[in-house]
Amino acid sequence: MFLELGDVRKAYGRSVVIPGLSLAVGEGEFVGVIGPNGAGKSTLFGVISGGLVADSGQVKLAGADISRIDAAGRCHLGIARTFQIPQPFLGLTVYENALVSATFGAKLDGHEAEAAACQALEQTGLLPLANNAADTLTLLQRKRLELARAIATKPRLLLLDEVAGGLTDAEVIELLELIVRINQSGVTVLWIEHLVHALVSVAQRLVVLAEGQIVADGKPREVLEVPAVRETYLGSDLDDDNEVPQPQSGDSHAAC
Amino acid sequence: MLSLLETLINGLLLGALYALFGIGLSLSLGVMRMINIAHGDLIVLGAYLSSVIVLNTDLDPLSSLLIVIPMMFVIGWLLQKLLFNRVMGRDPLSPLLLTFGLSIVIQNLLQELFSADTRSLPAGDLALQGIELGGVNIGVLPLISAGISVLAFLFVAHLINRSPIGSAVRAVADDQETARLVGVNDRRLFAYMAGFVLVTVAVASVLYGMRTPFSPTAGPERLIYSFEAVVLGGLGNLWGTFFGGLIIGVAQLLGARIDTGLGPFFGHLVFLVVLIARPEGLFKAGRA
Repeated sequence: MFLELGDVRKAYGRSVVIPGLSLAVGEGEFVGVIGPNGAGKSTLFGVISGGLVADSGQVKLAGADISRIDAAGRCHLGIARTFQIPQPFLGLTVYENALVSATFGAKLDGHEAEAAACQALEQTGLLPLANNAADTLTLLQRKRLELARAIATKPRLLLLDEVAGGLTDAEVIELLELIVRINQSGVTVLWIEHLVHALVSVAQRLVVLAEGQIVADGKPREVLEVPAVRETYLGSDLDDDNEVPQPQSGDSHAAC
Repeated sequence: MLSLLETLINGLLLGALYALFGIGLSLSLGVMRMINIAHGDLIVLGAYLSSVIVLNTDLDPLSSLLIVIPMMFVIGWLLQKLLFNRVMGRDPLSPLLLTFGLSIVIQNLLQELFSADTRSLPAGDLALQGIELGGVNIGVLPLISAGISVLAFLFVAHLINRSPIGSAVRAVADDQETARLVGVNDRRLFAYMAGFVLVTVAVASVLYGMRTPFSPTAGPERLIYSFEAVVLGGLGNLWGTFFGGLIIGVAQLLGARIDTGLGPFFGHLVFLVVLIARPEGLFKAGRA
């Protein structure tokens, strides 16, 4: 298995977010992660990327235990993540944001780093804004920069946290195509998304989290049929008539 | 009595040296968010290192930099690695206390090794040479040191604003946690930064030692001048530090015209007035 979590536990003070979670993801898989607010999805990404340290349990990448490796080290091993609330380096230009990733994340030199940074910006449609200061970007542009910065580290495992929220239908489709392309180039993708229909249209596998535990895991269509999933998370009115990604109105900012 | 123009020019040249003192402090503050109380003592330490080399070899003070610079880089790198990294990012007080302690240790170490006597670095003919420009006599040594200061600022500004390393440095200053997630090892970066800061200190210390006699306890005064340059210019504004240094230098020499003992006092006075009028410094805190 490419990524393996073994009985990972994470609590903030007395509040236990993940009581004990095990998950295995194969290389090149495209896994969607859904779950209600506070289910521990973002915490899970924190534990995998090294931004958070698990209280106990193991995180393994390609067979090696990386539990004790810090975030920068895990980035060098090929793990990249985006944040739901974009966190660009505001004092840097858009290009410099991507360049830091290419230079220090992907460990590229000179022209190679510049090329990788530009490529990431082009893929995310930010190239025309390359020389703008990051703090002049709109929220959506910041989300794209979040993605560009992750791509520029040349990851093997890409953790996407709510990158589609707030996009128009056309933009969602564009984003889906980009992420599918990245996945097809061999990158393993884990994607947290509230736009379930968007996720289901591309993911090979869907994992449902609730209260820090996996309540369903399998082929997206089958997972969505599990009664517990329909009731606890999606509401029972989920129908199959939504083939096209459909933004859930008003939901884009309520996500956590 | 020197002409007013001469005083102004000499003040600017002296100020350029103060700015060079401040460059390292400005970097530590702007990037690592750390105030190094031992900054002045490290300047004095650099001057003593140069002095030891000059006394034991054929090298003159400026050539001694070839040895002093690498030594100071290693000292800075080790200090960050072994000491400063342990206290960073917690609260602002810990680095303050740690470097305050370091300041005392360095002063006592220097006193133990070199006694409390003042010494200076032999500047040779340079100290006496001057050039006439429009009826104003300018010392060659202050001119050289001001030139080096300008070059140092140009180099640091280029490094911080135009290089990938500089981008990473600014990224860390911006958001340390996220910088780690895109692969920046901030502790290693800080260690190199601290080494680099002491490189600027090494250059400043030799130019200082050639110009002014120094003793093991001269550090705190250097710290004050550096600090005034940095704060006057606006925290985190590199060129602000440069102009802050110039202002302190001019103020000191203008004060010294009135009475020789009043020089530093006038520098502090100008600093105080500016601080009251514009607590954020003269220039806006921009890019590091």
